Amino acid sequence: MTTTSHTHVELRPGAYADSVTLLQVSRQVQGLAGVQAAQVAMATALNLDVLTEMGFQVPGEATANDLVVAVRLDGEEHLADVLDGVAQALVDAARVPSGAGGAGDAVAPPRTTGAALRREPDSMALVSVPGDLAVLEAMDAVEAGRDVMVFSDNMPVEQEVALKRAAAGTGSLVMGPDCGTAVVGGIGLGFANVVEPGPVGIVAASGTGTQQLLALLAHAGVGVFSALGVGGRDLSSAVGGASTREALRRLDEDPSVELIVLLSKPPAPEVAAAIRSYADTLATPVTIALLGPDAPDITASAEAVLTRLGVAVPEWPVHGAAHPAAVGRWLRGLFVGGTLCDEAMLIASRRLGPLRSNIPLAPDQALPSSLTADAHTFVDFGDDALTVGRAHPMIDPTLRLDHLARAAADPQTAVILLDVVLGHGADDDPAASLAPALEPIRTPVIVSLVGTAGDPQGLDRQARALAAAGAEVHLSNASATRRAVELVPTYHGER
Amino acid sequence: MTHVVSSGIDLLATAVEDQAVTVTRVDWRPPMPGTAADLATVATDPLRAAANQQALAAFLGVTARLVDVAPASEVLGLERGHFLHAGPPIGWDRASGPLRGGLMAAAAFEGLVDDPEDAAALFESGSFTLEPCHHHHAVGPMAGVVSPSMWMFVLADDTAGGRRTFCSLNEGLGKVLRYGAYDDTVLTRLRWMRDVLGPALQRAVRGTESVDVTGILTQMLQMGDEAHNRNRAGTLMLLRDLSPALVGSGVDTADLAQVFRFIGGNDHFFLNLAMPACKLALDAARDIPGSTMVVAMARNGTDFGIQVSGTGDDWFTGPAQVPEGLFLGDYGPEDANPDIGDSAITETAGIGGFAMATAPAIVRLVGGSVPDALAATRRMHEICLGENPRWSIPVLEFQGVPSGIDVTRVCRTTILPQINTGMAGRVAGTGQVGAGLVTPPAEVFPAALARLAELSRQRAATTPS
Repeated sequence: MTTTSHTHVELRPGAYADSVTLLQVSRQVQGLAGVQAAQVAMATALNLDVLTEMGFQVPGEATANDLVVAVRLDGEEHLADVLDGVAQALVDAARVPSGAGGAGDAVAPPRTTGAALRREPDSMALVSVPGDLAVLEAMDAVEAGRDVMVFSDNMPVEQEVALKRAAAGTGSLVMGPDCGTAVVGGIGLGFANVVEPGPVGIVAASGTGTQQLLALLAHAGVGVFSALGVGGRDLSSAVGGASTREALRRLDEDPSVELIVLLSKPPAPEVAAAIRSYADTLATPVTIALLGPDAPDITASAEAVLTRLGVAVPEWPVHGAAHPAAVGRWLRGLFVGGTLCDEAMLIASRRLGPLRSNIPLAPDQALPSSLTADAHTFVDFGDDALTVGRAHPMIDPTLRLDHLARAAADPQTAVILLDVVLGHGADDDPAASLAPALEPIRTPVIVSLVGTAGDPQGLDRQARALAAAGAEVHLSNASATRRAVELVPTYHGER
Repeated sequence: MTHVVSSGIDLLATAVEDQAVTVTRVDWRPPMPGTAADLATVATDPLRAAANQQALAAFLGVTARLVDVAPASEVLGLERGHFLHAGPPIGWDRASGPLRGGLMAAAAFEGLVDDPEDAAALFESGSFTLEPCHHHHAVGPMAGVVSPSMWMFVLADDTAGGRRTFCSLNEGLGKVLRYGAYDDTVLTRLRWMRDVLGPALQRAVRGTESVDVTGILTQMLQMGDEAHNRNRAGTLMLLRDLSPALVGSGVDTADLAQVFRFIGGNDHFFLNLAMPACKLALDAARDIPGSTMVVAMARNGTDFGIQVSGTGDDWFTGPAQVPEGLFLGDYGPEDANPDIGDSAITETAGIGGFAMATAPAIVRLVGGSVPDALAATRRMHEICLGENPRWSIPVLEFQGVPSGIDVTRVCRTTILPQINTGMAGRVAGTGQVGAGLVTPPAEVFPAALARLAELSRQRAATTPS
């Protein structure tokens, strides 16, 4: 065997596929004979960094509208076959799995949300196109008087304001932008857990916060028929709580809802006052669960909800036991859920002092772009800046697994804290890639496993597989964090 | 919830389907390069939605009636040496062969020169005035040349405003002025149209109830005409409506026989009524601030231009494309002039290429197949604001034709309007060389979008929020 290789990089202007599809394509191409490395991706700034790091040189004229095919081969003789393989992978990925009509007089699929809603006027819309263009699809739905969930992030706030202003005129509910989770009429949208219908209605500015709440309530036997996301900025003074108000109104009108839980980051003070006084006008009681430094954690809020409903608070389950802490100084939090990361930081910082993060609690605690520091570090891999042109880490675990390996190899690491989020839309089997990565790690690993018994991945099976790989698995993110903090050696005595 | 429309990540659509909910997947693709910011500005323009509704309703509310036939000197006030032409503004220096040929024919027809060839120098020296038909509420097919002695159809809207539009009388196919031919047969025919056809039609139209042109369009679309490249049924219905008055007009019977023979022998005669009817309806949608609806598409043989409701009289132009299609005799693509004529007003109004599904008889003429025709009409719905309930297509379950081309939808989908067209010879004097399909140059839409966005930002800056 020689160590020679052949590198091929080409731009395909005008070709487009979404980041998840291209992830599948890249994987398929990586598996072809003679391929050392392969990446098929839109040439966004982030993907260009990835390609550069992989040792590929992408022509300078590449724009985010160009598809890049980059492969490193054992030799040039493989190129033709591999390019055929790329073409085949793109065709396979583009194949519509079901529903499209048969041969002959097939009607082409609609090209905009507006056109689709003309064909199916009673639909609601789900928008997950790139964030700078999401307002176009969402506005189509609003103008058609339909509700829309905007999964896309990176939508400029002035567009969100305009979108919600238009929605107020047409009676549409805008869930988002950056709304990861919703349950509408019992159907999960985005990343949503499988829950039974029940007396609780949720209005939430946080996707993974909602998922934690759904998971805890489900464990206690309490169902949820509607969990309406509103987007993380809805209660900012710019947006003014437009969607929160509409979502509260909808749930108040629903006779099956006995208790409304409003789950939000700390709102702008004037918005908080307005929402509170609006909530007071509703017939249905509203429990406000705020996320923030001086607020109870989500587990405590779930317990308060249960108590208010007269349901006994159960023991939150734990599987496995962490390795004892041996060496190292730092807690490493590696998260896919933004709110889960935030909650863990708030709990950990009370005991450990300042933490460094890419979503820092204070601006001076920001992590550099390497995402590493000689400190307690918390990384949210689902943050907007890390998902431009790339699939969400709940779908694509690669980036986090890479950082997990780095954290485990760092002798300064004392404890590793991870979240794993189940439900529709998420990785089919997160333990399949995570458990083998955990197996060799001797550092204690604590996992918050957020899911319900009904989730397609199998809550129990995931818990067992992760516990068998040496992790200690909690359903409550707050409990998991407290446990991780206890295991940090510096916690005892030094502080 | 029974149905979800999903745009973007396929996996999220699949996750919904897994819960036994039907999902329509949007075949989403990035918009035209460089348009994202302008699209967002225009999409969030508080005027846009209502402005477009208003524009579409105004357009759909017009009923065009043929109320008169008269010389251009009378109804347009054209004076000697004043010529109208198709498309956006252009001077002789940049005019294509067929436009020059048409102008030369018209100069000879007006007696400004004896030999059409002598007219070139006069046009070159700027002795004559050239203006677009569109600037005079008129439209002209192909070269679209109008001179003072040419007779015009006069159409009026019977619902509002007394607005009128105008179009010359159709000369037939082959060697004709509008395709840039200027030999003696062309001039002889023009003189007969001036001396016999025009006056006979005037008597007939003045002697009968006005002809409901919009109503004929409704019927002809259900009879296999798309009203741009096929006007056979429409022409016959016009003859049906005018025959009693023509016969009773007192015109010499030999002349009358010639008139019947001429109209009956020219399947395109009705095109010159379809076009001003479309213009009359589209003019009702003009000048509505914030509206992104296209109100004119027109070509002068060099430039393709569009006008948009929310941008006033601005033209957004790019190079006219050479159509693809079938050629007469041994003409080929190298003989064809780039796209020319105001007749794309029919597509702007949702017929012609937009109604291709209703005209299977001519799909081969423009080099297509029946499934292509169905797909073309469906595709045009993707870029339009709505449908026209009066103009419906039986084979598509009587769905209305796609109406109101939306600049934002064109930029978002990169789908360009499809236009059915005749092809003129590149060289002045040649005449028609073929027929086919053409699209506007893509860049005119981002240019119009940029202006809409600029106006929107100006409004936002001056309106306190």
